[in-house]
Amino acid sequence: MKQARIFSPFEIFWHWAQSALIFGLLLSGLEMNGLYQLLGFEYAFNTHIVLAGLLIALWAFAIFWHVTTGEWRNYMPTGTGLLPMLAYYAYGIFSGESKPSAKTAASKHNPLQRLAYFAFKAAIAPALWLSGLLLLTYNLWRDTWINQWLPLSAPAAVHVAAALALLVFLIIHIYLASTTGTPWYAYLRSMVTGYSNERYEGEKNRS
Amino acid sequence: MRINPRWLLGALGLTLSLAAPALALANSPLQPSPRLASTADHSRFEQLSGPFADATEVTEACLECHTEAAKQIHSSIHWHYELEQRETGQVLGKRHVINNLCFGIAGNYQRCSECHTGYGWEDAEFDFSAEERVDCLVCHDTTGTYVKFPTGAGHPPYEDTEFRGTLFKAPDLAEVAQNIGPSSIETCGSCHFEGGGGDAVKHGDLDSSLIDPPRSLDVHMAADGAGFTCATCHEFTGHIQLGSRYQLTLPEDERPVAADPAHKPACVACHGRRPHDQLLHDRLNQHSDFIACETCHIPEVARGGRATKTLWDWSESGRMDDEGRPLIEKEDGRIVYDGMKGRFAWREDYAPEYRWFDGNMRYTLLTDEIDPDDVVMINEPQGGPDQPRAQIWPFTTLKGRQPYDKEHNTLLTAKLFGSDDDAYWRGYDWPRALTAGMQEAQKIGQTEADFSGEYGFVDSLMHWPVAHMVAPADESLACQACHERDGRMAGLPGLYVPGHDRHPRIEQIGWSAVLIALIAVLGHGAIRYLLYRRRAAAATTTGERAAEANPSGSTGSANQSSGTSGTSGRETS
Repeated sequence: MKQARIFSPFEIFWHWAQSALIFGLLLSGLEMNGLYQLLGFEYAFNTHIVLAGLLIALWAFAIFWHVTTGEWRNYMPTGTGLLPMLAYYAYGIFSGESKPSAKTAASKHNPLQRLAYFAFKAAIAPALWLSGLLLLTYNLWRDTWINQWLPLSAPAAVHVAAALALLVFLIIHIYLASTTGTPWYAYLRSMVTGYSNERYEGEKNRS
Repeated sequence: MRINPRWLLGALGLTLSLAAPALALANSPLQPSPRLASTADHSRFEQLSGPFADATEVTEACLECHTEAAKQIHSSIHWHYELEQRETGQVLGKRHVINNLCFGIAGNYQRCSECHTGYGWEDAEFDFSAEERVDCLVCHDTTGTYVKFPTGAGHPPYEDTEFRGTLFKAPDLAEVAQNIGPSSIETCGSCHFEGGGGDAVKHGDLDSSLIDPPRSLDVHMAADGAGFTCATCHEFTGHIQLGSRYQLTLPEDERPVAADPAHKPACVACHGRRPHDQLLHDRLNQHSDFIACETCHIPEVARGGRATKTLWDWSESGRMDDEGRPLIEKEDGRIVYDGMKGRFAWREDYAPEYRWFDGNMRYTLLTDEIDPDDVVMINEPQGGPDQPRAQIWPFTTLKGRQPYDKEHNTLLTAKLFGSDDDAYWRGYDWPRALTAGMQEAQKIGQTEADFSGEYGFVDSLMHWPVAHMVAPADESLACQACHERDGRMAGLPGLYVPGHDRHPRIEQIGWSAVLIALIAVLGHGAIRYLLYRRRAAAATTTGERAAEANPSGSTGSANQSSGTSGTSGRETS
């Protein structure tokens, strides 16, 4: 079967660098939250700040890349095909049916993925960033009118809520993205190699 | 062993070169002897040759040359025991405040004025303008032999005298006077370490462990630290020192103040406003916008090996032993009950309490009405999270239970010490002691009220800001100490402490969602796996049936199991 390149080397780097940073942020963040004690608050905090800085830099670069290459279109949610995907995960997958959508270089994500990634990029991540930056720059607005309207606990609450939403996203994302290909690890492999050998059945179905 | 002669020469040369400057210094007429940093050798003054029958004669001798010294002392709180606090409008100082140790000075002068820089404050009539009554020696003694007798109204013992089992030797006043020098940790400590009647009793951050402390106890005062004395920070000019327990020096404006002595004894006077390495996030300097240096840099109090008093319950006092002497109970070598004073609790090496503090203390004075059902704040740190000047400070507290007037709802002061039966420590009769105490209090303007005759005991709390025993930087509080679930800032208002303060609803919903997602994913995966196994089993059964119908397949497997080598077997298959 002919292998098609789905992910460019940059996307592969971006994905894995981002996942490493996010895991580091999640672990150091949960330690600061008091879930467990491993590094101690000070070290966890320093780690968190460094990783956050790196992630922001990576995102700035990735946004630039997505805008200039037009790849941002891959993350625009679409209603078409969403229900078949849901139906597939709820039913078809158990009987070994093939997916109603396939990866191609032009359309890298199925409609459900598009929706989930869009929610991550448009809601969860900005919430984390904005609240995180507010927390980080607290000293700048502590003595201003902002503090009257926005107690420190507010951005902290948003940060915690968004972090837990991110954790939910991660659990489902890792499960679906690493076990539901054909063979089961196919998507994980394509995220490493960049190539996919998935058939174009989805395209046929849609047309 | 062979010795190279050149080594010997080298060693000799080195020894000489090291020793030469030392020898030169010792012989140099330009070098003062180590004791004398001053231009005057007091042992050569005729005025100080003595003998002195009374300590006031020493003062008169001092004043012959130091003409302004007594006047300077007269304007010091060490002398007049008074301070009018601008911010609260209260008149404070030891002549006016009430505490929950021995209540106050009124009626107890003879005993309390052991720690007055004067001689003969025996009653309300003391002449505060008498120059010869200033005690120079208590601060300027360098011999370590000068003491004030506990009940001598500030006088030293003029002959060897015993007090409660301790011998107080009469100092040679001429010897002390001829050897005077700058104040020292010992001279300041002779009063300030002994507050409340004994070493460390009153202050968890001031006790005799600060005389030659290890570096870990006090990085400034240790000999191998900065080698400070008390007066390095509490700088004196014209006998007036910087620093006050009633009104702390808290620099207000935003100017950089490094090495600005006007801000002493505040840490910023030397360390500036941004003393921490910025690192990546400058977080520590940002903390010091609203957290006092002492909060992190004095991690525990009473950590010099001496316990401080945390409870003093007068309501239990008065129990006597079989011989009619005040009963004493000890635990771990510490007195926990004394018939004269009541019940005590002690604590050593413990975390202070934290409060917002703008540097001002409001006191409950004898004229202030109290709520006997509530804990009376002997003094209360002022300031809250919304005041820019206020910072989070560490405090020690002393819980008390002390007499109050049930009719007037005010605190009371008692005459404890004295030779007549009015004194509680003679008659053990509260109404008499309180009546006498309140009469004495009226004489110095503490109150106009008499004791009504009805007394009870009320819970009280006294606060002391912690500012001494600064640890080396690497032993200061770790971030974790506050940023954890049972962190030290617990209960402090106007504060959100990441890691300590929680978002119960968000966390409950969030973690439930995480759990549901995990269960869903695991369940989904498990069902898929089971169905896959069933399909695989069905496929195998179909395959086996197919294999049975195909004899060549079974020939192949027979070949493999008939003992051919692995390699050939693989090649065959």
